[in-house]
Amino acid sequence: MSFIEIEQVSYRYPAQGGAAENEKEEEKGRLALDDVSLSVEAGEFVAILGTNGSGKSTLAKQMNALLLPDQGHVRVGGMDTQETEDLWKIREQVGMVFQNPDNQLIAASVEDDVAFGPENLGVEPAEIRRRVHEALEAVQMTHFRTAAPHLLSGGQKQRVAIAGALAMRTKGLILDEATAMLDPQGRTEVMDCVRRIHEEQGITILYITHFMEEAALADRVFVMHDGKLVLQGKPREIFARGQELKRLGLDVPFAAELGARLRQEGLAIPKGILTKEELAAECAKLYVDRAARKGGNAENGDCF
Amino acid sequence: MLSDITLGQYYPGGSLLHRMDARVKIVLLIGFLVAIFVFDSAIAYTVFCAVTLFLMLTSKVPMRMMLRSLKPLWWIILFTFAIHVFTTPGEEIAHIWVLSMTWEGVRHGFFICLRLVLLILLSSLLTFTTSPLALTDAMEALLSPFRRFGLPAHELAMMMTIALRFVPTLIEETDRIIKAQKSRGADFESGNLLSRLKAMIPILVPLFLSAFRRADDLAMAMEARCYRGGVGRTRMKALRTSAIDYVAVAAFVGMLAALAGCEVMGL
Repeated sequence: MSFIEIEQVSYRYPAQGGAAENEKEEEKGRLALDDVSLSVEAGEFVAILGTNGSGKSTLAKQMNALLLPDQGHVRVGGMDTQETEDLWKIREQVGMVFQNPDNQLIAASVEDDVAFGPENLGVEPAEIRRRVHEALEAVQMTHFRTAAPHLLSGGQKQRVAIAGALAMRTKGLILDEATAMLDPQGRTEVMDCVRRIHEEQGITILYITHFMEEAALADRVFVMHDGKLVLQGKPREIFARGQELKRLGLDVPFAAELGARLRQEGLAIPKGILTKEELAAECAKLYVDRAARKGGNAENGDCF
Repeated sequence: MLSDITLGQYYPGGSLLHRMDARVKIVLLIGFLVAIFVFDSAIAYTVFCAVTLFLMLTSKVPMRMMLRSLKPLWWIILFTFAIHVFTTPGEEIAHIWVLSMTWEGVRHGFFICLRLVLLILLSSLLTFTTSPLALTDAMEALLSPFRRFGLPAHELAMMMTIALRFVPTLIEETDRIIKAQKSRGADFESGNLLSRLKAMIPILVPLFLSAFRRADDLAMAMEARCYRGGVGRTRMKALRTSAIDYVAVAAFVGMLAALAGCEVMGL
């Protein structure tokens, strides 16, 4: 059984009432999610890509029962989100980090905020303290234990938010464009933190983003467009389909793009290049090959 | 300019005052404030000032920070002083137009202002040495007997927590909006009172909009973290009374007894 199973889910935002009404204005009347099916295994690192309004955030909110499907079923650890008794257990299993770092920290100090989740679950005080300590250690924020949230940088706030989910002993973590409002340094900070907790604690990661470089680190990538799941596969497979991604309004990582262009120019660069290092290695190989073919007079340097 | 507000700003530390039970601190503060209004002999004022100074020093909160909490109320203090100086009958020192300044007025005004200053300093001492969460927890605990009469103690405490958390954030935001509007040519400094109030509208509208958006986001985040009201909730920092609290209560009662004694003996 998969950790998260989404089965033919469709969802439409209600015409009035509900959260974030203004932003979703243009989505009214059409399906925010249109017959989406996917499954995520326990311990996987999955990225969900898509442009604004593609339904990726809506999909994320289905996975911890903040939104319930109009049609279809969402199951987390075997529990259906439609079963109201299981609602809190589902949210306990799947933590969520939101986009705006300012609007998700509740308490006036870092440790009190991390404690908020376990307090809601009715955990014993001594145990909460232990969990808070461990969670802050995991995101390397122990030093800021008593700091006030508004004095932290964006990246630090997001790490505190991650700790807040970890303290609930969550099995999965959804990051809903958690890096979108951060500067490049904050983004790396959060990204490193996410990878570390994924590797060290085996937490299932659902990483929603429109930064291709971040998605390249995932085990699997889902691409959303117009409420539909249009592509899924390993990052290498997905990014090899540059033209298709561009049609969907998405960028391709720089290295993948350059690799594809060089290939178009007739150079023997293989498909599926993801990082700058891989591209550099391929170019070097190409250079050596050509030099060898020219009979060893590479020192002339006229091959390129 | 707006970042000067220090009320509701916790200054983290490990002093004796920081370690006291917040419930005890609140009760003692209320007791102290009442005492300041009950006793008005010179000895009492000396004792109150000494105790306040002692508490300020033990709290290890920088003196400058605490004195800053007086700044927003400076005008009220001055105004109170002026009223007392000019309205108390007695031996006249100076005469300006129809107003007469009296020696008794100066004396009276001075003590009233001293009361106000002590009041503000002691209250901000509570907020400086008590984390807002402990403060609201304590309020919740102190108010929970009234839950029987329909008082939503937990909800009030949660509202307080969130309000305190977002005060600095909203102040930052207000500063940013003011700068943004100024850069577009908005004028907040000139004109009469009415036009200045009107100039506030372009600040308040975006501020309110953003506050509502924050509230939406926050509600979602709280739900995602399994918040479902006060039932079944535990606390990491459970409130506990310790030896310091008993000593503090004893000292306070002792002080009251001594002051009452002085009063009775007519000192």
